[in-house]
Amino acid sequence: MTDGSPQPAPDADDEVRRLEQERAAVVDQDVRRTTGDETLVQRLVDAVTGPNVVVTLLAIVLALVIGAVLIAVSDAEARTSLAYVFARPGDFFGAAWTAISDSYGALAKGAVGSRNGITESLLAATPLILTGLAVALPFRAGLFNIGGEGQVIAGGMVASWVGFSASGLPLVVHLPLALAAGIVGGALMGWIPGVLKTRTGAHEVITTIMLNNIARIALSYALTSAIFLGPNNVNPRGLSVPDSARLPRLFDSRLNAGIIVAIVAAILLYYLMERSSRGFEIEAVGLNPHAASSAGMSVARATIFTLAGAGALAGLAGAVLGLGVAAGGITTGFSAGVGFDGITVALLGRARVPGTVAAGLLFGALSIGGRAMQAQAGINLDLVGVLQALIILFVAAPALVQALFRLKRARPGVTPGMTAGESA
Amino acid sequence: MNPHVTRSRRFGVVAAVLGALVIGFFALPNAGVITEVSLESRLAGADGSRIGSIDVPILVVTLLIGLAVLALAALLLTVRLPDHVNVVGGAAVGLFVVAFLLWAARGDTLFAVDLARLSLRSAVPLTLGALAGVLCERAAVVNIAIEGQLLAGAFTAVVVASVTASPMAGAGAGILGGVVIAAMLGLLSIKFSTDQIVAGVVLIVFAAGLTSFLASQWLSTSPEMNSPATFSAVEIAGLSSIPVLGPILFDQSLLVYATLVAVVGLQVAIFRTRWGLRLRAVGEHPKAADTVGINVSRTRWLAVLAGGVLAGLGGAFLSIDAASSFTEDMSAGKGFIALAAMLAGRYNPRGAFGAAMLFGLAEASARALQGFDVGIPSQLLLAIPYVVTIIVVSGLIGRLRIPGASGQHYATE
Repeated sequence: MTDGSPQPAPDADDEVRRLEQERAAVVDQDVRRTTGDETLVQRLVDAVTGPNVVVTLLAIVLALVIGAVLIAVSDAEARTSLAYVFARPGDFFGAAWTAISDSYGALAKGAVGSRNGITESLLAATPLILTGLAVALPFRAGLFNIGGEGQVIAGGMVASWVGFSASGLPLVVHLPLALAAGIVGGALMGWIPGVLKTRTGAHEVITTIMLNNIARIALSYALTSAIFLGPNNVNPRGLSVPDSARLPRLFDSRLNAGIIVAIVAAILLYYLMERSSRGFEIEAVGLNPHAASSAGMSVARATIFTLAGAGALAGLAGAVLGLGVAAGGITTGFSAGVGFDGITVALLGRARVPGTVAAGLLFGALSIGGRAMQAQAGINLDLVGVLQALIILFVAAPALVQALFRLKRARPGVTPGMTAGESA
Repeated sequence: MNPHVTRSRRFGVVAAVLGALVIGFFALPNAGVITEVSLESRLAGADGSRIGSIDVPILVVTLLIGLAVLALAALLLTVRLPDHVNVVGGAAVGLFVVAFLLWAARGDTLFAVDLARLSLRSAVPLTLGALAGVLCERAAVVNIAIEGQLLAGAFTAVVVASVTASPMAGAGAGILGGVVIAAMLGLLSIKFSTDQIVAGVVLIVFAAGLTSFLASQWLSTSPEMNSPATFSAVEIAGLSSIPVLGPILFDQSLLVYATLVAVVGLQVAIFRTRWGLRLRAVGEHPKAADTVGINVSRTRWLAVLAGGVLAGLGGAFLSIDAASSFTEDMSAGKGFIALAAMLAGRYNPRGAFGAAMLFGLAEASARALQGFDVGIPSQLLLAIPYVVTIIVVSGLIGRLRIPGASGQHYATE
């Protein structure tokens, strides 16, 4: 303040300070809003009541309803009574109701109705979480990785090989080494389509699906070779992994430490995607590659990084299988389609890490429940595959669900921010 | 630098390497070795073509093939052929495969006519799938769901052909199966503006899940539902007794003839008719098409459903012609190979058929090579079609000129 200028009155001074504080509060709020740094409770409330969640729940309900129709139609007793449904409708609806409630009852009880059910569900969810993340990561960069299956096979083969061929190592060395080998094997499988895409423009959907078939053929060849079978063995089952490379069991059940590995991977990926500049770059490339490129980001780097990273995650899933449930020796079917299931898991989770983990847990539980349903109600396990497909069918088309239930419009469903120029 | 020139040069280098391989590896070390090439068919019914087999001296013939490949390489390296790079490159690869087969069968018999027959038959589902892709893509709807359409068509065809004991009814049902998936694709991508690639993949998962469930729930318990009446070869009188060509082209099943007709018909329909012009207009610039009074949504629906007809027929071929039962996931990636054929054929029916023939040759060769010693475990040879697909997708396509509005939703204002 210089002499001669009017001194601000003490009350005016207070006024300025009050205004400044107000402004700071508003700015603070803005910052919090734009960075998504709201209180946890607020975010949880938003997440649970958001239109996306409603659509997802309705999608699950719709899928279960259609599944019920399939059960009713494929149940022998219900089918017989369908022949005279108009004469005695009670028979058909009674038989159908019994079939449906038996099946879904067995499904729910088998999945989460017992301690054993829960640990088995978690065990089944472990690779699904990882393969789901393997689809979700490139999805954020606008890429569709259908190659999870091949990456799982590659990772499982390499991890299993490191597992059974090294001996005499302590667990703390051998197990991480075998897991890392699986990660590298899968990452290589994912790196190939990434490089092909950036160098030649070959669409990743086609190259990854071809690599799936190549990996499948390579696996069935490996399971005829002495390297995997050992000498004088014709039974196509790989060598057994010693205890030093096996994932330790948890809770005195079949569940193993793989679930911890999966959760740790999910947390790391969450920080990469939501909190790091690399994650921001991936997101930007996915939303608009031209704009990202103009802003000095490398589309090629994001492409190769996310596809190789996806391969690493799926390879880890393969390693978790090869050193877990298939530690007794891998077979031609050890991957059990978890790579393909990862697509549905990621789509249901809307390519977000928390959503993908939740979807992986749900589908893991469904598959265990499906086994109980098959054993107790005679409805084939493959029904679970239909349910999964129906769920993501409705999730992928939120407009369809909204039209059916006359809901207000939600954000568009899963969209891998692809520009027209890049679609197949 | 002009991308056509670099592409031509890249192909030229590849062709030169292939030519050198043929001469250095197949031709020169095999002086005096002979491959018996049988010109008779063990598979076709016609036996009017008794011309026996010829002994092919490997050195001379593969040397000639190698020189031809080198000539194509020189053509690619020196002359600018922006429109024919794929054709010349494809010819070089095809010649290499022929030389490879002659070499692999050295001192043995190569059933060349059967190989060609099998190539054509292997190309049928790929061609039909690729044509479905071409139709959709020309209307700017991306159809990744071909694999799902093949599976659905294969399933419905098997059931109906088993129940009615009529392969024609089965083919009709196959078409229906393909159309159902196509209608779902239309609903998702045209009406509900879902991302088209996501919609396609979701539909594949759906078709695979549903057919697997129905197969294990129904077909495994009632095998009579999975023993269809199948298509058999129909000789075209007169033409089928032409030597070599007769058994390859004129002694095939109805679905093979239908495929060839579809290729020609679509080529004409897309490029020579008013409907085709409108279809392409909708794909290139929907707003402009809309402005001149073309119904964009209806054109797209028609293209997608017609694509379903073709892909469904391809599915029927898998289960009631190439095989005689339905097995889970029997499409085995063929829908994606068809997609690759569509891309390599640059969205033209003719080109798509050419590419499908190349993939068909790869598939048939992989099977023929099982009987010969080529120094590679026979099991790994089964990966040849997939490896060829990756090579073609990353090499032969180069920079594509895709339909302008591909993958974009369009809503009238």
